[in-house]
Amino acid sequence: KCPSHHESVINTKWEFSPPARTHVNYEVKEDVAVIRMNDPTSKVNTLSVQMQNEMIEVFNEVLANDAVQSAVLISSKPGCFIAGADINMIQACNTSEEVTKLSQEGQKMFARIEKSPKPIVAAINGPCLGGGLEFAIACQYRVATKSKKTVLGTPEVMLGLLPGAGGTQRLPKMVGIPGAFDMMLTGRNIRADKAKKMGLVHQLVDPLGPGLKSPEERTIEYLEEVAIQCAKGIVNKKISLTKEKGMMQKVQDYVMGIEFVRQQIYKTVTAKVMKMSKGLYPAPLKIIESVKAGLEQGPDSGYLAEAQNFGKLAMTSESNALIGLYHGQVACKKNRFGVPERPVKNLAILGAGLMGAGIAQVTVDKGIHTVLKDTTVEGLSRGQQQVYKGLNDKTKKKTITSFERDFTLASLTGQLDYSGFEKADMVIEAVFEDLNIKHRVIKEVEAVIPPHCIFATNTSALPIKDIAAASIRPEKVIGMHYFSPVDKMQLLEIITTDKTSKDTTASAVAVGLKQGKVIIVVGDGPGFYTTRCLAPMLAEAVRLLQEGVDPKKLDALTTGFGFPVGAATLADEVGIDVAAHVAEDLGKAFGSRFGGGNVEVLKTMVEKGFKGRKSGKGCYVYTPGLKSKDVNPDIEDVLEKYKLTPNPSSDSDVQYRLVSRFVNEAVMCLQEGILNGPVEGDIGAVFGLGFPPCLGGPFRFVDTFGANKLVEKMKRYEEVYGNHFTPCQLLLDHAKDSSKRFHK
Amino acid sequence: MRQSLWRGFCVTSRLFSNHRVYGCSLQPVGQNYWITALPTLLIWTTLFVLTDKMASMLMNSLRCCPPVNPAWAVQYATRSLSTSVQLHAQVQTKSKKTLAKPGVKNIVLVEGVRTPFLLSGTTGLLHKTSLPKDAVDYIIYGTVIQEVKTSNVAREASLGAGFSDKIPSHTVTMACISSNVAMTTGVGLITAGQCDTIVAGGVEFMSDVPIRHSRKMRKTMLALNRAKTLGQRLSLIGSIRMAHLTPELPAVAEFSTAETMGHSADRLAAAFGVTRLEQDEFALRSHTLAKQAQDAGLLSDVISFKVPGRDTVAKDNGIRPSSMEQLAKLKPAFIKPHGTVTAANSSFLTDGASAVLIMSEEKALAMGYKPKAYLRDFVFVSQDPKDQLLLGPAYGTPKVLARAGLTMDDIDVFEFHEAFAGQIMANLKALDSDWFAQTYMGRKAKVGAPAMEKFNLWGGSLSLGHPFGATGCRLVTTVAHRLLKEGGQYGLVAACAAGGQGHAMVIEAYPQ
Repeated sequence: KCPSHHESVINTKWEFSPPARTHVNYEVKEDVAVIRMNDPTSKVNTLSVQMQNEMIEVFNEVLANDAVQSAVLISSKPGCFIAGADINMIQACNTSEEVTKLSQEGQKMFARIEKSPKPIVAAINGPCLGGGLEFAIACQYRVATKSKKTVLGTPEVMLGLLPGAGGTQRLPKMVGIPGAFDMMLTGRNIRADKAKKMGLVHQLVDPLGPGLKSPEERTIEYLEEVAIQCAKGIVNKKISLTKEKGMMQKVQDYVMGIEFVRQQIYKTVTAKVMKMSKGLYPAPLKIIESVKAGLEQGPDSGYLAEAQNFGKLAMTSESNALIGLYHGQVACKKNRFGVPERPVKNLAILGAGLMGAGIAQVTVDKGIHTVLKDTTVEGLSRGQQQVYKGLNDKTKKKTITSFERDFTLASLTGQLDYSGFEKADMVIEAVFEDLNIKHRVIKEVEAVIPPHCIFATNTSALPIKDIAAASIRPEKVIGMHYFSPVDKMQLLEIITTDKTSKDTTASAVAVGLKQGKVIIVVGDGPGFYTTRCLAPMLAEAVRLLQEGVDPKKLDALTTGFGFPVGAATLADEVGIDVAAHVAEDLGKAFGSRFGGGNVEVLKTMVEKGFKGRKSGKGCYVYTPGLKSKDVNPDIEDVLEKYKLTPNPSSDSDVQYRLVSRFVNEAVMCLQEGILNGPVEGDIGAVFGLGFPPCLGGPFRFVDTFGANKLVEKMKRYEEVYGNHFTPCQLLLDHAKDSSKRFHK
Repeated sequence: MRQSLWRGFCVTSRLFSNHRVYGCSLQPVGQNYWITALPTLLIWTTLFVLTDKMASMLMNSLRCCPPVNPAWAVQYATRSLSTSVQLHAQVQTKSKKTLAKPGVKNIVLVEGVRTPFLLSGTTGLLHKTSLPKDAVDYIIYGTVIQEVKTSNVAREASLGAGFSDKIPSHTVTMACISSNVAMTTGVGLITAGQCDTIVAGGVEFMSDVPIRHSRKMRKTMLALNRAKTLGQRLSLIGSIRMAHLTPELPAVAEFSTAETMGHSADRLAAAFGVTRLEQDEFALRSHTLAKQAQDAGLLSDVISFKVPGRDTVAKDNGIRPSSMEQLAKLKPAFIKPHGTVTAANSSFLTDGASAVLIMSEEKALAMGYKPKAYLRDFVFVSQDPKDQLLLGPAYGTPKVLARAGLTMDDIDVFEFHEAFAGQIMANLKALDSDWFAQTYMGRKAKVGAPAMEKFNLWGGSLSLGHPFGATGCRLVTTVAHRLLKEGGQYGLVAACAAGGQGHAMVIEAYPQ
């Protein structure tokens, strides 16, 4: 079946493979087999069943081919090596045993690669993640391009899984125990130059510029040429695979050889994981367990532990939730409104405050010319300084050079007047949250902008249609709700009114995507989606404070439930004045459902100057330079004034009182058509408000926890506290019929 | 202290007398060298040496311009006699039009000279000459690495050389094409009717580049100036750490990308698929041709130069024809281990100066000079300093040809600046690619690569050396001399420069 020597050398293309392969093929160059991967159905390569089967086939042929001495593994997709294993493959399994079997098959395949008598060189350009990295580290040698797109990493932990194809066993040997834990527990991406320093890759190749072919095409060719040289070098012993160990390495190896030291490391790492995850995420612990099994009880136990733990994790609700978020995030990175008629090249931002400057910062570095306008020189320079600082921090972290920083800043214009607005394709206003001011601004702006220009308003609670009421062309008015700090928060909530045109929406989404945002598009209404969900929860938090729950205790209970920031701290971060403002507005709009805590508490705090972090005092006292914070002793008087008699409430009840109001409001947004679907609801809650990722968002939470159980709890609270705990109709429907689920 | 100062000098001289590869940042200095101890001293010596050297070179260059003098006239006559018979025939068969434009002044190259391009560290003084002090209207010099105390080095040197203090002079800079800018600035002044006689040139002293204190040290020293009390001064002095003492050497790295030029050249060669073999072959060709030209006495623009305390240097000392085997042994200098640019297929940094005397045609004739060539159309181009850093010739050539209404075939003499063999090969491939012309230059088709039998026949920067600021004049003078020698009508000069810039100029032979 196998072709003879000569044939394989002459027929460099894949004519000799009887069933046409679509994902993996190889050609022989001199005595090196160049194995090329390309998934024709996708932009990225994944280790799908098809890919794996063809890979095994090709690998067998290469091994059997006497003309081949070594092999190069490369992707013919520009900018992607292997992005990971195919998640659908895991999701198609029904039992943990099935997943364990998948893992063991992967382990077997990579074990064969590792033991291959013919050296295999992995030539990496673009993402080499998850299963892709496990494949690469099973190879004998790795060459990677220095391209910004080339990243290596094990992101499985972010999906609630572990590297299940030998990763937990090979990585500690390759980069050391601490390095391996760092990679696997954080799941962070490692750039090529760092990977070289860590010992993850052996050689680096520079990306090439224009030549006689396009840069991308030629860079891959060049990478292949260098990898072939390496493969030949290994065969004729010019390149040694056993690296000379440096003094530091020897010392480190010696230290790691001491069992006591290793035990200490496991202990420290476990403690750190517990502190960070509050024990809500099982994957990091299973990673530690698998690494430990391999190091302490030998490879057989290690690989078995890895496969079994992988199977167990795949069946957890946490993994299910995280994978759901991953899919949701991918979906929210697409523009479902199509390509806008004209791209936004000139963007003007009104108001150089925290938000305005933040929006400017995430826009200038995307090649969009940005105008930042304020009314005062002081305000403007503060905003420009914020943008500069944001970019300069990147320079300090060496993600951009100081030249790139200055080059980027060159496309930011700061000004006090409306000059140049006749060229603007979009204006985003981020002025003070006051309807009258917004009306004045929209009129001023509409007098100077061209007809095609979109007017976007960045507000967290004012209904867009009220703002648009002052516009002479409401079809061009849209809401763009950014989250603070803009450069860190991934979410952008876009709000459309029934008059907003589809092209306006498409344009706003396109700009948001350029800014690197995850986007949900929601309907108009007081508080839209995110603010509306947060407000009842904060109202309940205020009530709890009135009942005498200490802010620190309140924070501990919320973070213990999985929120990244505690409720009291969150109120300080948002700003007590903003919270008071929103609570009052939404209270008027929605009535008693938004009751619970007394708005007067917040108002009194504002009167006393406790506006949260920005004023140095809120629920806590903030001392610059100090990380720890103490409870503000002066709020006790305020709380004393509005004190409520506590009903005996367990810690768990406190948590569910907060969460059930959040979830109920989210479901109501879906019921009222504010939300397009549960996916966007989950993404908005997790990425914008910090809803516990391990629960996957309010809708996933209802599915997992059970609508009936939640309704039961809420009815109990309703009896005690009042109608703000009344479950909405949609939630009741789901409680009645357990087959009804938000996520299939 | 004296001991350490002396040692510092030894280190400096050793450091800079090495055969350094162009594009390498000058980084081989370790943390604990002593150079740091003598910045003030260095600055002063630099100042003195620089002005001195500049002055003598300037005067020396002018001395060689043929004055109205019977002895020179005879020499010229002999020279043209010796070559005229055969060459004139060639010129006639070509019968090309002149590139003169109505309403635009003809500008001629009267003479071009240069000192031998020496490997850094061996330059010195020259005798002063006796040229009429008011023969020149304006002096323009190009230089790259500037000394802060002589930032207008052209002025200091012309004064020091005893030129009339009524002759204004200014310094220009544009990396490796600085002296090209000096010449074209002169052309502009003549065309505009402001001047008739210009000395343009370039100078570079790689053996004595200014070395700065580290930024931290500079900050401390400036603060010391402002310190009022002894306590303040002492506390500032106390804040100086070892790290402050590490000097900052001028690096040959792009400011915008922080990439060294050699590294970029290696990537460029790879992008165009230029092999190591091709590069080594071209480098060998350059050295071989330079050696032949030197032996045949063709490099007549070189004037001898007396180094104080040593012998007079009369020829370029970097020409080293080697063998392909020898070249193949070298390891890559920038991209390791798989790169293709080596010390041997890169140009090397040298000291050197060059100068040309350019005039309006009528003035030259009125003064009795016999011009060598017309300086015609020229262009400056620039592109991406990262991936197209050294592609200036590829962009400039088609543009200048279009301006002059010529095709590649019309050109008889090509002189391209050889920064790296790989860079030359990449430029030739780019010129010969329709895809490149269409995709990156917005042209319908390629102009084609120059014929190698017309290309850099007397060696180039790879073999003669590359004093940053002085190479441009050498290229133009060589074209003029080759046109005379070979009897062609049109010549083309092209060069690349740091910052992703480039230059090209068409030169027409002066009817003999």
